[in-house]
Amino acid sequence: MDQPTLVPADTAWMLASTALVLLMTPALAFFYGGLVRSKNALNTMMMSVAALGFVGVAWALLGYSLAFAEGSAFLGGLQNALLRGVGLAPQGTIPQLLFMAYQGTFAIITAALVSGAIVERMRFSAYLVFITLWSLVVYAPIAHWVWGGGFLAKMGALDFAGGTVVHINAATAAFVAAVVIGQRKDYARQAILPHNVPFTLLGAGLLWFGWFGFNAGSALAANGLAALAFVNTMIAPAGTLVVWTVLDLVRSGKATAVGAATGIVVGLVAITPAAGFIGPRAALVLGMVAAFPSYYALVYRARTRLDDSLDVVAAHGLGGTVGALLTGVFASKAWNGTVDGLLRGNGGQLGIQAVGVLASIVYSGVATYVLFKVIGLVIPLKVDRRDEGLGLDVSQHGEEAYADGEGAILILQRTEADAPAAVPALAAAAAEGGRS
Amino acid sequence: MKLVVAIVRPERANEILEALFRADVQGVTLSRVQGHGGETEKVETYRGTTVKMELEEKVRFDIGVSDHFVEPTVKAILGAARTGDVGDGKIFVLPVEKIYRIRTGEEDRAAVTPVQVVAAGKA
Repeated sequence: MDQPTLVPADTAWMLASTALVLLMTPALAFFYGGLVRSKNALNTMMMSVAALGFVGVAWALLGYSLAFAEGSAFLGGLQNALLRGVGLAPQGTIPQLLFMAYQGTFAIITAALVSGAIVERMRFSAYLVFITLWSLVVYAPIAHWVWGGGFLAKMGALDFAGGTVVHINAATAAFVAAVVIGQRKDYARQAILPHNVPFTLLGAGLLWFGWFGFNAGSALAANGLAALAFVNTMIAPAGTLVVWTVLDLVRSGKATAVGAATGIVVGLVAITPAAGFIGPRAALVLGMVAAFPSYYALVYRARTRLDDSLDVVAAHGLGGTVGALLTGVFASKAWNGTVDGLLRGNGGQLGIQAVGVLASIVYSGVATYVLFKVIGLVIPLKVDRRDEGLGLDVSQHGEEAYADGEGAILILQRTEADAPAAVPALAAAAAEGGRS
Repeated sequence: MKLVVAIVRPERANEILEALFRADVQGVTLSRVQGHGGETEKVETYRGTTVKMELEEKVRFDIGVSDHFVEPTVKAILGAARTGDVGDGKIFVLPVEKIYRIRTGEEDRAAVTPVQVVAAGKA
């Protein structure tokens, strides 16, 4: 093999890709934030925003090393902990430091995806502890298995940009989270409506934009493979969106906007593992096929007792599974230069893909469950019913998404002991119980 | 004839509506209001500014009823609106001088008797 050298074009594209993928997390904040009630809008968005910090730091300090340093078949070593030895020397054709940052953006969005299952009820401090530890204990090992030279990589499991590592993993954790933390108090008792559907459409659009970095960046170079992944990332979700809209029209006679946003995300999820392995016509078929299981799972889930509030399992779990399995069906050596799938006579690939899916589900499920139980011993995972009724924006963050300022009394920081209270009349009324 | 005015928590509004419908109270006007009661104030912080929110979001029900409907109406609201914490709200029962149904010009008790009941009576 040639001595690795830096390629400026590749480096430029990966710099841009890293920024694109980082944008997906605030995009997810809008996607999820629009789907909840207004009293929980900030809390839901903060669950994504916080991941940028907490998972970002955990990744730099330890996660990257656990995922990508040389180690066993199941976990990377500690050679690169605290970013030791991660410098400007080439990893492939780009600086290793940039590779670390690019992979970090994946860890961040994966942890944030889990939040969709537990919105409107989880204690924020417990959530922060959860995503930080989860990115180290669950995400990093699975990333190592598939991309860090672990056992799934050695078996030849294909996961171009994270169908198993990101989406099946996040969806399994989301399922466990919804079960362990339990339903919202209003679930199946009241209609819980999205408070801002335009936010959700904005989020879906920005996710699609960022996803070009997610998938085409996973080529780790500015080359033909990146172009293939890029185009597939455009075509497959388009197919999903069309089928989703038609299913909506057939079922209710109305093409819904929330449905369109969901269809786009399902298509993006499904093409993720396949993006650089299959041709564009296959991508279109894959995108269209992926709409069906997710669509009907969404309709069915709402009638069950599982309060996976924003349907992470239906969208990411099923979308990711369909994508991972169909990668084994449609993979084409003519396009990717390495491996064929079932349709080109390599039936074994489908089996390898299935092993990858199952391994992710089993490990993520068990490890996430144990992690929640341990955190639950220290911090209650759920807010109390009163705070849930009031809304988590006020109870967890001390802010409101849509405060109009009426009735807001400025609390002055006293500089002198005899400074007057802000509004004595109101304060006195409050002291008497405020009754007229 | 009375006007029942109830100021309640927004998150209880759906339960109250359901309880009212169960009690056969069907004519309801609902508005979002803000008010100050005895509840502990919320403290919010925006950058360096800390504020006390003296006004709470509430929902106001206005229900015009004939006399024998006052008790079921009040009971329905009391049952559905109560959480036991300060800030559950108030119910006011006010005397009403006159009621007109705009569509038919019916007055007073006839004006607050739901249409379905009249139709059923004719059948």
